[in-house]
Amino acid sequence: MTTFLRVFFVGGVIAFRGLFNWIRPAIYIPTMLGSPLFQLIFFTKLGQYAQAESTDFYVVGNSVQVCAMAAVYGMTMAISNERQMQTLGPLLASPANRAAVFLGRGVPVLANGLLVSAFTFAAGAVLLGFHPGLDAVPPLIVIVLVTVASCTCFGMLLGSVGLRAKDVFFASNLAYFLMLLLCGVNIPLDVLPGWMSAIGRCLPLTHGIAAAREVAAGASFADVGGLVATEAGIAAAYGAAGFLLFRFFERESRRSAVLDVY
Amino acid sequence: MNALRLIWAGFRMNLKMLGTSSFFMLTAVVQPVIFATVAYYMFRSGGRAGTLLYASLGAGMMGVWSTTLFASGGMIQWQRWQGTLELGVASPPTMGLLYLPFSLANAFTGMYALAATLVWGRLVFGVPLRLAHPFQFALALPATVIALGLMGLVLASTFVLYRNANALANLLEYPVWIASGLVFSTSLLPAWTRPISWILPPYWGILALRRAALGGDVWGPLTMVLVAGAAYGVVSFFTFRVFEHRARARATLSLT
Repeated sequence: MTTFLRVFFVGGVIAFRGLFNWIRPAIYIPTMLGSPLFQLIFFTKLGQYAQAESTDFYVVGNSVQVCAMAAVYGMTMAISNERQMQTLGPLLASPANRAAVFLGRGVPVLANGLLVSAFTFAAGAVLLGFHPGLDAVPPLIVIVLVTVASCTCFGMLLGSVGLRAKDVFFASNLAYFLMLLLCGVNIPLDVLPGWMSAIGRCLPLTHGIAAAREVAAGASFADVGGLVATEAGIAAAYGAAGFLLFRFFERESRRSAVLDVY
Repeated sequence: MNALRLIWAGFRMNLKMLGTSSFFMLTAVVQPVIFATVAYYMFRSGGRAGTLLYASLGAGMMGVWSTTLFASGGMIQWQRWQGTLELGVASPPTMGLLYLPFSLANAFTGMYALAATLVWGRLVFGVPLRLAHPFQFALALPATVIALGLMGLVLASTFVLYRNANALANLLEYPVWIASGLVFSTSLLPAWTRPISWILPPYWGILALRRAALGGDVWGPLTMVLVAGAAYGVVSFFTFRVFEHRARARATLSLT
């Protein structure tokens, strides 16, 4: 158990530092803080111009959604970049518990997603007058945590595909943009056609955003327990699918000797 | 004549390179269509009437800007990675002239975005494509694309010195969409942002395209597109010269 935890935490942090060694303030601040901030302003102003929903609707939707940037892209890179950096072979040759290796990579990504969401919520409060009340803050933190976990698990699935696919970033970019459309970030689900909202309900974010909006509007955590549980269930489903796919591609890559090969 | 041949050859080559990149197809076609769809549904659910063609044009221009931004930001960096930047700098033409066709091709690829959002809007949402001034629209579109290409050239020149080009490109996508009022009026923004809008070719470009499509005076904004484009062209040749000299003096040209 100690070894599992060491690989999970220490291995996860070391892998993050190694795979994301290019992250410096000059890159992190414009990409992870600047871009979400302007996304928030863009969609809020667009909503105001279209006379669609309230400002709070866009602040909550986008502040929760931006965690996907950190979680989906981050987790995709945390797995698939091992192949790009030619370190996948040594990693898979080690006897380390695969679940610890796989899940440990999600911890720094999850922390980063929380930070990005928290920053965007704070920007919404300062710039756009979003004031949910102090009572709403603890449940919002829990909801964002579950939602980031869900997006991280979705990123694990995409990252696992990256063990074999030639261009996984096309898929992760596409997924990120589709989340803006399908997950109720800027458009209420009942406005979308049935098939679109049905897809949205199977994706991460959707239930988390709905729960966050209700809490921001004054509901208690108990009132949104079902939505949060659904989001957690979606996280578990994507996490399990990602892990199974990771093991499958590992075995197949060894069998057909295409590990590290593009 | 040599300059024209250089521009044509560079334009064609970069167009082919961009055409094989899945990232640019995503930026120039898929992303604008998704953003256009988001905008359509936001307008549909809102109280503002008659705005779907407005959204189509705006989402298309968003794609033109994104493609120009990422491609212009990336072209210096990619050449650095491929080891061809020094060869370009060492060649007889000025660096600005050398990269002008690349930047124009980037903006031209962005035109796919406008075509994609207009066709998508027509087929899926039944957005009417009746243009109030088709001739002026046909003039405004290439003028806007060329002006954006020249603006991209200024950005590209700064990336000769600034090695975190991708981060800057990530940052600049939304602010230009916002300040140019591509899908909403800039009157929603604070008054201090107006001068920022005025110096951006996409601001005048979308105004010209929107008026050509929906009605209104096109010549005023079209003139401003040309003026802004020419100004960016002049600035880019100056900045390329200065930044190239600095990069060579500091021996940082090929450092990644």
